[in-house]
Amino acid sequence: MSDVSRDTMLLTTPFHSRVEAMCDLNDWGNWMGYTTPNAYFDIELEYFAVRSTTGVFDLSPMNKYRVTGPDAQRYLDRLITRDVGKIGVDRVGYAIWCDDNGQVMDDGTIFRLGEQDYRICSYQRADDWLAWNTLGFDVTIENESEAVAGLAVQGPTSCTVLTLLGCTDLNQLKPFGIAHYSFEGRPLMVSRTGFTGDLGYEVWVPPESAEALWDQLFELGRDYLIKPIGSHALELARIEAGFLQANVDFMPAEEVVRVGRTRSPFELGLGWLVDFKKPLFNGRSALLKEQEKGSRYRFAMLDVEGNKPAEHSFILKGDKQVGTVTSAAWCPTAKANVAYAQIEMPHGAVGDELVAEIYYQRELHWTRLLAPCKVIDAPIFKSPKRWQTPAPPH
Amino acid sequence: MTDYDAIIIGAGHNGLICASYLAKAGKSVLVLDARGEPGGCASTREFAPGHHVSDCAQWLSQFDQSIVKDLDLKAAGLKLGKPKATISLQSDGDHLVIDGDTISGAGVDSADQAAYRDFKKMVRSFAKLMTTLYRSRPPKLVEQNWTDRLTLMKLGLSLKLLSREHLRDLMRIVMINIYDVMNEHFSHAALKSTIALDAVTGTNMGPRSPNTVYSYLHRATGEHLGQTGTTQVLGGMGAFGQSLATAAEKCGAKIQLGSSVTTIAKTDDRITGVTLDSGEQISAKLVISSADPSTTFRRLLGYHQMEAGMAKRVECYRSRSGTAKLHLALSGLPSFTGLSETQLTERLVITPPMDGMETALNPMKYRELSDLHIFDISIPTIEDPGLAPQGQHSLTAIVHYVPYAPDIGWEAGKPQLINQLISELEGYAPGIGALVTTSELVVPSDFEASHGMTGGSWHHGELSIDQALMMRPFPGSTQYATAVEGLYLCGAGAHPGGGLQGLPGRNAAKEILKRGAL
Repeated sequence: MSDVSRDTMLLTTPFHSRVEAMCDLNDWGNWMGYTTPNAYFDIELEYFAVRSTTGVFDLSPMNKYRVTGPDAQRYLDRLITRDVGKIGVDRVGYAIWCDDNGQVMDDGTIFRLGEQDYRICSYQRADDWLAWNTLGFDVTIENESEAVAGLAVQGPTSCTVLTLLGCTDLNQLKPFGIAHYSFEGRPLMVSRTGFTGDLGYEVWVPPESAEALWDQLFELGRDYLIKPIGSHALELARIEAGFLQANVDFMPAEEVVRVGRTRSPFELGLGWLVDFKKPLFNGRSALLKEQEKGSRYRFAMLDVEGNKPAEHSFILKGDKQVGTVTSAAWCPTAKANVAYAQIEMPHGAVGDELVAEIYYQRELHWTRLLAPCKVIDAPIFKSPKRWQTPAPPH
Repeated sequence: MTDYDAIIIGAGHNGLICASYLAKAGKSVLVLDARGEPGGCASTREFAPGHHVSDCAQWLSQFDQSIVKDLDLKAAGLKLGKPKATISLQSDGDHLVIDGDTISGAGVDSADQAAYRDFKKMVRSFAKLMTTLYRSRPPKLVEQNWTDRLTLMKLGLSLKLLSREHLRDLMRIVMINIYDVMNEHFSHAALKSTIALDAVTGTNMGPRSPNTVYSYLHRATGEHLGQTGTTQVLGGMGAFGQSLATAAEKCGAKIQLGSSVTTIAKTDDRITGVTLDSGEQISAKLVISSADPSTTFRRLLGYHQMEAGMAKRVECYRSRSGTAKLHLALSGLPSFTGLSETQLTERLVITPPMDGMETALNPMKYRELSDLHIFDISIPTIEDPGLAPQGQHSLTAIVHYVPYAPDIGWEAGKPQLINQLISELEGYAPGIGALVTTSELVVPSDFEASHGMTGGSWHHGELSIDQALMMRPFPGSTQYATAVEGLYLCGAGAHPGGGLQGLPGRNAAKEILKRGAL
């Protein structure tokens, strides 16, 4: 035991010294084995930094895999459900990947860095699955999770702050585009991507540049009200913006033990990411069958009456329980009570009127609330800034 | 319109049997094989001038007799020799003779004789149960349908009909090893090792390896499949292959030899046919492969043509054998200490005691040559003199504990191992070395090259519980269908597995017809 010190139990990110210094609440969580702040000073103020000025989120614990070699594109086309060929060089694509049963293993982003040079950025560790997928393909997979540090810089003033940092003409970068710069003699890559639904970027540097990047960002961003944000604030932003979270809104198929707990892309509202024009990809034959036979569940975004978040609620149709909530939040900007739910077919079509059975507690007193809710067709928060090029001035 | 209803890859016994049943049902069938002769592992080859040996399989012991009838193989020229007794050679010349349920010699006492009868009775009841399963498509346990339920009900009934002790024994021993089971039943060392021999030859296991009881019971099904003991095919095994080919052609199947399939062709969602080494493309509604699963999926279809989970299953499929064949051309009949001339025609086996069998496994595991082997010997030229020049003989032996790829390499390894094997034989047949005019050792990698069996495995993949029944060859590709639409399996890599038995081919054809896949 003597060799094992307590601080080896969780890993720290390359930004840790700076993150720790700013984490006034000292409120830490375990994100896939890394110690990361749940909140720095106030969840809602952090959230409003993303919506009104700039919020900075340390996303270094994300898993990054470099895929190179003559078959890199063919390899990815078999791995993920969408057409990789449609992602141009210096572009990013959102993607999901399935097992042979057509059940979602994870979602993530595919960065195309060259003709046959890609980076997969995923929530789950995927070393094993990516390695098995190389059978029959001339590709090399390198886990570069620790070789790349990343910050999400999100919010209306983010473009201005990053431009001050030296990212010239960043406002010309289109959504899902990638731009390359240098920072203190080392490469710095910016992608116009994020998890907040607002104008925002993700900045990728070697770990050696991490602390200096953080220092300069906060120095240059002071006048633009830059703030660090923790995972709770990000959670609020992503629910408002309509993003799914692995392990929350679906169980990664490889981690599921019980029969029937996995979900297909169609059951998560991600059918648009499945391209049957591709001759082969993992899960294709199972998904074709599902398309023919029908899915078991439907993903529904619910607009819930009242202001009590429908966390962990049952969803009822009349007296019958037809679903459960996976994510829920009162969304401060949209001023709406949003919930994501898994609804049994055939319920949950857009416009369907359901009831959320909400339980909440005030001073040890539990209350049951039957809140009417309605299935909506799009995320409740839609910022035009997210899609505008050039990026709008604040 | 396709060229054929079905293309069968491989004119081995299972391929030919599958083709016969399909052709009998009126389907147009083309059987393709890279080799110049039909029969696959049922083959005969002249390895020395005038000396013809069954160069792969040497005994017929578990061939399903319903196939002999259905395809009228006797009319097609199949002739079997007399059933053989098994004689386990002992160095002092007092040999152990096993003939049906009776054992004698080598000082076996009445207790062991009685124990042997009881053991055979038990094995027979287990094998009967397995035969029920072997003759039908393996039932899936999760997505049950009526066919599978019926099979499971039959199985349940057969289990119920076992005596209480036998049922308990079956549950207990099927997952353990033959070493422990032998020690439970017998005290006679040679008796134990002689029975254990049947559990390990053709595998890459020793008597203490798990799954050896299963592999023993697999062989024991032969008795219920209607085969009366171990026999040799007159004219050599190739004659058996030839009779199957004749029967298949009579049923209407077309056989094209010397045509090697290089790829199984696939469009988006299904198989369309095959491409030959000549570049010729042939289309069919179904491609049915009797090649082993590794060859079929990895080499002919290609990992890039399948989903990754399946590629992983194929890659993890175990297909290794530690069994070789020794062929000796002899200038005259050898003499074995303590054996009469008439006994030389029986099945002669040599095995160290079980501990020695286990020790002999070690060098094989670590890619070295062993100095101890198991022999399963046939001198076919006594019963079938036409297989050798007049007055001369051939000896063929199944030899176990031969590594797949020894560190010293086969160029240096083969002469060394041949000398070793002949010197081991000398212990029982003094002077045999002087009679040898030509010797040949066919190692597992040779079988892989000549007969296309990955790892040299007779069974087209290790016979173990996790690769058996509804999991053969692997989940997702069972009941003769595969995860790829239009591609079926009919070889030993499919249920119920290997040995010259014919059931994979027969069952596959029946399943394909029943599904209306054609």
